[in-house]
Amino acid sequence: MRVVIAEDSTLLREGLVRLLALDGIETVAAVDTAPALIDAVDTLAPDLAVIDVRMPPTFSDEGIRAALEIRSRWPEVAVLILSQYVEERYAAELLSGSTRSVGYLLKDRVADVEDFLGAVRRVAEGGTALDPEVVAQLLVRRVGSPVDRLTPREHEVLSLMAEGLSNAGIAAALVVSESAVAKHVNAIFAKLPLSETPAPHRRVLAVLEFLAARKDPA
Amino acid sequence: MATTRHTEGQQPAGATGLRYRGIRPGYAVLHVATGGLIGIFAFTALITLASLTVGLLPTVIGAVVCAFLLVGFNTGLAALHRSRMRAFLGLHIVAPTPPNRHGWAGLLQVLTRAAFWKSLTYNAIVGLVLFILATVLLAFLAIGVILATGTVTPLPVPMPPLWPDQGHSPVATVTGFALAVGAILLVPYVARAVAYGDGLVAVALLGRTSTDELAEQVVHLAQTRTDTVDAADAERRRIERDLHDGTQQRLTALAINLGVARATLPDLSPPAQAALEEAHAEAKAALVELRGIVRGLHPAVLDDRGLDAALSGLAARSPVPVSLDVHVPGRLPRPVEAVAYFVVSEALTNVVKHSGASRAQVVARVDGGTLRLRIVDDGAGGADDSRGTGLTGLRQRVASVDGTFTVESPLGGPTVLEAWIPCGS
Repeated sequence: MRVVIAEDSTLLREGLVRLLALDGIETVAAVDTAPALIDAVDTLAPDLAVIDVRMPPTFSDEGIRAALEIRSRWPEVAVLILSQYVEERYAAELLSGSTRSVGYLLKDRVADVEDFLGAVRRVAEGGTALDPEVVAQLLVRRVGSPVDRLTPREHEVLSLMAEGLSNAGIAAALVVSESAVAKHVNAIFAKLPLSETPAPHRRVLAVLEFLAARKDPA
Repeated sequence: MATTRHTEGQQPAGATGLRYRGIRPGYAVLHVATGGLIGIFAFTALITLASLTVGLLPTVIGAVVCAFLLVGFNTGLAALHRSRMRAFLGLHIVAPTPPNRHGWAGLLQVLTRAAFWKSLTYNAIVGLVLFILATVLLAFLAIGVILATGTVTPLPVPMPPLWPDQGHSPVATVTGFALAVGAILLVPYVARAVAYGDGLVAVALLGRTSTDELAEQVVHLAQTRTDTVDAADAERRRIERDLHDGTQQRLTALAINLGVARATLPDLSPPAQAALEEAHAEAKAALVELRGIVRGLHPAVLDDRGLDAALSGLAARSPVPVSLDVHVPGRLPRPVEAVAYFVVSEALTNVVKHSGASRAQVVARVDGGTLRLRIVDDGAGGADDSRGTGLTGLRQRVASVDGTFTVESPLGGPTVLEAWIPCGS
């Protein structure tokens, strides 16, 4: 796997390169600005871009903007955003259009080496890796939104669904029977305009697509 | 500022500094004389201009031109009188605030102000009175000089009986001489009294009124307060950036390296293994804690995406379920967004710490140029400022942008916090 890293802190850039090397992942370029990242993706055609949100020159959201540009110009390149904070608005922007090959994690998660390398693999293979904090923000109740019509229990079940748990997993997490979970899931699908798909993975994507679609950036 | 509490030997308050004893008699004569000269000229010119302005009213343009001339001339005269006060009496009179508009609007602004009419009164009427007084004073002085030097010539006017007639009567000569000496000695003191009175009147009519001063102070205070609020916001942003670019990155790198060490050193001795694991866990816990602190300062998403987006983050992180009802079109001024975020952040912290609520609702609406925030919880109520629940800080922060803040929290709940913040739009 060939990776491009965009991160303005030298310490973190070196840490990331070292960490990816542990798993035999090759870093073909490590840059510190958004324009340099776009150049690197253009010339090196990597499999994955690992991107910090705040970079020079403005230190605001250039990482998100660069990721959106990469996703529209080179859809085959997977994008994994790392940030000191996760914000649902950025997540909604990243997920709008497609939930494939995209990740958005707190930088803290990188410290859990096994989990982080798992997320890198998952995103590079076309999957999704969203921080639980992002999912919680996407599921914030807003007056007038379909999510607000869910009961507290259904809300809990939906959060776990969005994190990728199967009915059995949700049942174990909430200490209820699987048939009770199935009942909640049916109620959720009835209240939200979601297409029901049996596979847990497809179900996560459906939930995320639904949530992101409600939050298109203004 | 006119001072009426003036007593001997006491420096009057304010910037006027007019003391009767401080006026030098010679200067007083010059003061009254120049005042009279300027006064008669000003009286004539002002009356002419005022009559022209009124007379030319039918020919709108003529009247406007004359009004502009009148205002300009009047302003110049007032300045001349103020510099006369400064030169002869050492009296500093602060000019009223000039109009802050130009052309038409400026003319209207001047004509509707008391300051204009007061200075016009001084320039025309007081000027005329001064002229008369100056003439009388100068006449006395002249008589004194003539008598004292004995250069007596018959005058073509009927003279009082004691007038020394060609110096024939010794009694008349002596009386005349006494009169002359008396006049020369007295004139400067009379002039001093007149100058003192003139100074007091000038302070009242040509100076800045207390309303002017208050208005100016209000503008000044409002500006400095805005600067202070902006500076505090900028400071919070700077600290947030410093922590983000410095401490947070270092801690993250530390946690990553400890993670790498854990993953690559599986065969450590048990104590070393335990120490490494603990260090790794501590580094991650410190990161979580630091993130919470930095978020409270000023979240970057507030600047990038606005209040609505920033409130989602607050609601999602709250352990008590929060429902959001936010309708804020576009972006609000930065200080308003910062204060609104702070209010909701602190209010939700209070809900978690003190209320025992099972859920909360946040409403944000912009209505008629005012942002209305309402945070309601279903907790136990009984919140009050004195219990150190941060309500005082909230009230102060809202007041710093001219907003109002209310708390309603009866025992047994519910607690309702409301803030109204003007958006200046």
